[in-house]
Amino acid sequence: MRKTFTAVAVAVAAAVSMAASADAKTLRWAFQGDAQGLDPYGLNETFTLGMLGNVYEGLIRRGPNLDIQPSLAERWEIVEPTRWRFYLRKGVKFHNGNAFDADDVVFSATRVRADGSDLKTRIRPAVKVVKVDSHTVDFITEGPNPILHSEWSTWYIMDKEWTEKNKAVKPASVTAGTENYANFHANGTGPFMITERETDVKTVFKPFAGWWDKPKHNLTEVIMTPIGSDATRVAALLSGQVDMAYPVPVQDIKRVNGNAGTSVLMGPELRTIFLGMDQGRDELLESSVKGKNPFKDKRVRAAFYHAIDIEAIKKKVMRNLSTPSALMISPKLFSKSGDFTRHAYDPAKSKSLLADAGYGNGFEIGMDCPNNRYVNDEQICIAVSSMLAKVGVKVKLLAQPKALYFKKVLGPAYNTSFFLLGWTPGSFDSWNVLNNLINCQQKGGRGKFNLGNYCNKTVDGLTEKVLVETEAGKRDGMIATAYKALHDEFGYIPLHQQGLAWGKSDKISLAQRADNQFMLYYVNVK
Amino acid sequence: MLAFTINRLAQSLVVMFFVALVAFSVFRYVGDPVHQMVGIETTLEEREALRVELGLNDPFYIQFGRFVGAAVQFDFGISYQHKKPVIEMIRARMPATLELSILSALFSLIVGVPMGVYTGLHRDGWLSKSFMTLSLIGVSLPTFLIGILLIFVFAVLLGVLPSFGRGDVIDLGGWRTGLLTVSGLKALIMPAITLGLFQMTLIMRLVRAEMLEVLRTDYIKFARARGLSNRAVNFGHALKNTLVPVITITGLQLGSIIAFAIITETVFQWPGMGLLFLQSIQTVDIPIMAAYLIMIAMFFVVINLIVDMLYYVVDPRLRIERGVRGT
Repeated sequence: MRKTFTAVAVAVAAAVSMAASADAKTLRWAFQGDAQGLDPYGLNETFTLGMLGNVYEGLIRRGPNLDIQPSLAERWEIVEPTRWRFYLRKGVKFHNGNAFDADDVVFSATRVRADGSDLKTRIRPAVKVVKVDSHTVDFITEGPNPILHSEWSTWYIMDKEWTEKNKAVKPASVTAGTENYANFHANGTGPFMITERETDVKTVFKPFAGWWDKPKHNLTEVIMTPIGSDATRVAALLSGQVDMAYPVPVQDIKRVNGNAGTSVLMGPELRTIFLGMDQGRDELLESSVKGKNPFKDKRVRAAFYHAIDIEAIKKKVMRNLSTPSALMISPKLFSKSGDFTRHAYDPAKSKSLLADAGYGNGFEIGMDCPNNRYVNDEQICIAVSSMLAKVGVKVKLLAQPKALYFKKVLGPAYNTSFFLLGWTPGSFDSWNVLNNLINCQQKGGRGKFNLGNYCNKTVDGLTEKVLVETEAGKRDGMIATAYKALHDEFGYIPLHQQGLAWGKSDKISLAQRADNQFMLYYVNVK
Repeated sequence: MLAFTINRLAQSLVVMFFVALVAFSVFRYVGDPVHQMVGIETTLEEREALRVELGLNDPFYIQFGRFVGAAVQFDFGISYQHKKPVIEMIRARMPATLELSILSALFSLIVGVPMGVYTGLHRDGWLSKSFMTLSLIGVSLPTFLIGILLIFVFAVLLGVLPSFGRGDVIDLGGWRTGLLTVSGLKALIMPAITLGLFQMTLIMRLVRAEMLEVLRTDYIKFARARGLSNRAVNFGHALKNTLVPVITITGLQLGSIIAFAIITETVFQWPGMGLLFLQSIQTVDIPIMAAYLIMIAMFFVVINLIVDMLYYVVDPRLRIERGVRGT
């Protein structure tokens, strides 16, 4: 009798909890585009990787404040300076039920470096990946590397058996001539499974019951729809057809906040927007000055820097959705960023510097700017042009869609004299910034996005040391010295970190990460 | 008749060839597809290798020849962005565009013709005047503005219609239709009105002008003299004779409705071919752009061909003339 009673009680309790979980908690959200594909090595781009981060997982993951947390690796240690040992989490299952083990890690390390992968930078070609036992993997590097794993939150581990079975051992490639199974299906270890997907129309996620971690969300279903048009996306949020939409254009923030039941969650993004000047050529491609390059003169660069009223850009163009920056990296990513302040806005000084340099009557210069890449990019460039006009520099602005802009300014052409660009270091670390943007251009090597070829051998030397220095304090000191040299020489004109603007319904709570990745496992629906 | 058809078909092929040629010569000014296919950290060497693999460094005539060679076998290649055969993508998107286009054409006919008749009959009524004003708005406001206004009123303020997308769809053997679900039909209302508004005002003004013309003719006067009812005169005799140009215009406009659905589809995030095309321009997805342009050219060519052939059937003078010349 008593036994029956207990059984009934258990059954009732189970039924009640079932009813509670059957209470559908659907999240509908919209972004301005869609993930390019589902292959986790297909495209190194924030949104694609961010969306897949709900489905796939790496050995590490990033917390709400971008701190490194263990994920598929429970812990790791540096056995010797060039050998990192990762202890893998046991009992982890992929969505198809396969167990996760060291073979999957070794396989993923090969696949991410194979032809067609766009994430080859995650692990350098020379790194050897060795299976120690079923749940231990060693990474053997050429030299010491303190940030080996810093980009691995977006190096997702794939299932070896699954990719082999579906002939997707190689990453998706356009030139293969056939569809790649992994680009249209997903099988990760993450908290959500993709149950339905129609590119550019809709992607449906369901929570994965077998996830190894304890869910912090209460979702039962997630529907993602890309909405390209800004006005339509905002309308969808205002009318309650989506619970979350981003980005919200700066001019619509007031409207979303004014509407009952919706608000905009704002925060600084990691991306730094900056101006660059061609300091490499002996004569600028687009300028009235012939026979010499005015940007080789530090006074001219300083004059440009002092001519820019960053507070006006912040207030008028960005409507306060920006954080002026003295550095080429977000202050969130560099411990000593407090030591740096921007050179002041001082048009009088700017004019006298130009006069000292022999350009008292000013000169003409072409400027390149994208018009659909960063928040209000074209408007920033227009503001910069008019600020420079006040000190006598006549800017001929060429603002184009990103497809044309990047074709012109990126290598091998580097066809620009003065440009606006944005950069987020994928590794969340200064070495990436130094190596890509600040080091002298070197064929096939560093400085490949140093479009203006700022060149300082001391900085290059420091960068090499930073790469192998494992002691954090010393390393940050060297980075600061390098940034100081750049700052004093006016090598670049950093403008600001642009802001994030996520529109959300009051019904949901979420965590906004500064890398602009929307993680569904922090979402709760009321 | 057969010679005529073959002749027209040959002309159509020439038209499509030139559309492809013009499209291809424009593509090089759209931007570099490679920068849109890789992340920013991809090295210059890898970008260059990809460019070579895709054949983008080949001279124009080789790229064009390759495209034509494949296109005659209905192979339009793989989309750079989606990594999926283009023909499949267009096939998947076509139902959405066709349903929207045909519905908005129907809307413009069903609303435009009665409004045209009414304004033709009651030239000075206040309702006619308001119809005329409305039609002026329909002609002069750009499509995207009408779309956004509708979204603002019916989705944001009143909350009765969905602001984007196609609602639930049902798969009928490869044709995904939104016509069979409530949410699908609701989602269709605003885009169909937005897309059809211009055609509607065009048809209304056309019918009105034709009605005014016809009502002045002798046979209408005789019909009235015979004591026929107003209804019979207006609809049986007058309207019937106005419809020939209306049908011609509607047929020809169907092609442009399909082609210009791009803007409406963008505003409403309607998952049709137009939206696909617009996205492919932004990402310089040349295979999609090429296939779409060729296909739209084909639509126009086919519609024109049918119209020409209908003339041939309908108009006996055309036949006799040729018959005489033939003998």
